[in-house]
Amino acid sequence: MNIVACVKQVPDTEALIKVKADGSGIEEGGIKWVMNPYDEYGVEEALKLKEKLGGDVTVVTLGPARAMETIRTALAMGAEKAIHISDPALDNADAYTTASAIAAAIKEIPCDIIFCGQRAIDDDSGQVGSVLAELLGLPQLTIITKLDVEDGKVKAVKPIEGAQLLIESSLPCVVTAQKGLNEPRYASLPGIMKAKKKPVEAKDAAALGLSVDAKAKVDKMTPPPERAPGKIIEGDDASVTAPELIKLLREEAKII
Amino acid sequence: MSKGVWIVAEQRDGALRKVSFEIASAARKLADELGEEVGAVLLGSGVEGLAPELGKYGVDKVYVADDAVFEPYTTDAYATAVAKVVKENDPSILFLAASVLGRDLSTRLVGKLATGMATDCVEVKIVDGHLEAKRPMYAGKTFGEISVSGSPQMASLRPNVFPAVENAKAGEVVKFDAGVSADDIKARVLEVQKDTSGKVDLTEAEIIVSGGRGMKGPENYNIIEELADVLGATVGASRAAVDAGWRPQSDQVGQTGKIVSPNLYVACGISGAIQHLAGMSSSKFIVAVNKDPDAPIFAKADYGIVDDLFKVVPELTKAAKQLLA
Repeated sequence: MNIVACVKQVPDTEALIKVKADGSGIEEGGIKWVMNPYDEYGVEEALKLKEKLGGDVTVVTLGPARAMETIRTALAMGAEKAIHISDPALDNADAYTTASAIAAAIKEIPCDIIFCGQRAIDDDSGQVGSVLAELLGLPQLTIITKLDVEDGKVKAVKPIEGAQLLIESSLPCVVTAQKGLNEPRYASLPGIMKAKKKPVEAKDAAALGLSVDAKAKVDKMTPPPERAPGKIIEGDDASVTAPELIKLLREEAKII
Repeated sequence: MSKGVWIVAEQRDGALRKVSFEIASAARKLADELGEEVGAVLLGSGVEGLAPELGKYGVDKVYVADDAVFEPYTTDAYATAVAKVVKENDPSILFLAASVLGRDLSTRLVGKLATGMATDCVEVKIVDGHLEAKRPMYAGKTFGEISVSGSPQMASLRPNVFPAVENAKAGEVVKFDAGVSADDIKARVLEVQKDTSGKVDLTEAEIIVSGGRGMKGPENYNIIEELADVLGATVGASRAAVDAGWRPQSDQVGQTGKIVSPNLYVACGISGAIQHLAGMSSSKFIVAVNKDPDAPIFAKADYGIVDDLFKVVPELTKAAKQLLA
């Protein structure tokens, strides 16, 4: 199996996100950068498949120089090689541009299955996997919590509101990973040592023949709306405070 | 010249989902500003009769492809059909629901139509004739104002945010030939396993009662479930509770779980880690029950009780039962 896993470097979930005063983006100082958690599930699934069926795993990322750290993490987990797409022109690329860049970067690689996270926890767009599938003319299986590959076919479980779908697809295909798919491994110390020597190919927009034309642009970022200070219902007798709360929900909030 | 504000209506088992009326209403509002029509794409088997319901919420024309190939939903059949009818009619704006299937379909359409989309929007407006959308980013730690270009300008709209407003229009049925056959479906749905609990999904729930680390173990969630039952609520959980294996992953609210916007969110024994707050702080009302007065959740709460949840939650159930009886 030739497997591709797409990863993105994002701020850790515990990071406080501060918007720059001019609203042009977030303050990056002090942020701990990590591999997007959903991409980690994708990398783990790629490695499990490789271990089961043989083959190799190529990691692809689009991001600035610091994203190399995330590439090394994926290589330390067990991927064989990586492609790092980096170009200032792509810094604020929209989903279509990002997917176009990845599609161009992996065009030459024979590939049976491509993993992406179901969304990145920074911009939360969740578009790249599907757009990539479309650009490559492949079926997509999105937001997947269980995957089996057998006899050249994929069977996957996709939870939707109030049900789950059992989906079957031919290979190659694009799978976007949801929490629950697996438990990502930690990189071992030998893995980390080996990762330093694994090949990472750098590509820029020109090398990929990309023209950048963003069709979804973030004009401005703003902090979330402030919530008005709340009311603490004082007292340590729950048989008094609880009915008081229920009364407030009915009479003041008019919500129940 | 592109014209018209369109939606893709979402139906399940022959019934329109509530979010379809929400996005139809949002489309109507923008169409009135632009002086254009609202179109809805409706796919399914035996669904033509649903068109008047869309008309009730402001849809002028319902583009229907009624065919067994559209049951159940598959990305391949739906994306091919919607892309075809959109290309033939050239609307300027296209909205979908940011539901699970809406996300799957809308993102594929971004690829098929080579256009731009803002995902999971909470506000949409027209500025200088173009679509501008506001959406949470970093799970709501910030908001982004997005200008969308391309044709059509696309947005997926978060369920439970846009009010469904009745505004009767013709809802005239326009049948179209989707040109999709079963052979076009590469990723097939073998089985739909329905959740028989009858619970509303967290992303669509009007009330959520969530339990966190303070629940101390899976065996204690019965008090959360009882309160949820009385309130007609869906049960949620924090990441701590899910990672401990107390609750299924599908219950997780937060940055790596579900991002929710109910009318009322009741957080029990949840301290309010930043990744949890990110996932629920767009709830209209927030109630916190926690014995730690310094828990960050209280900074987001409209109402709070600082006390042991094992005392408070059963009393809440009792009081709610009396009130709602």
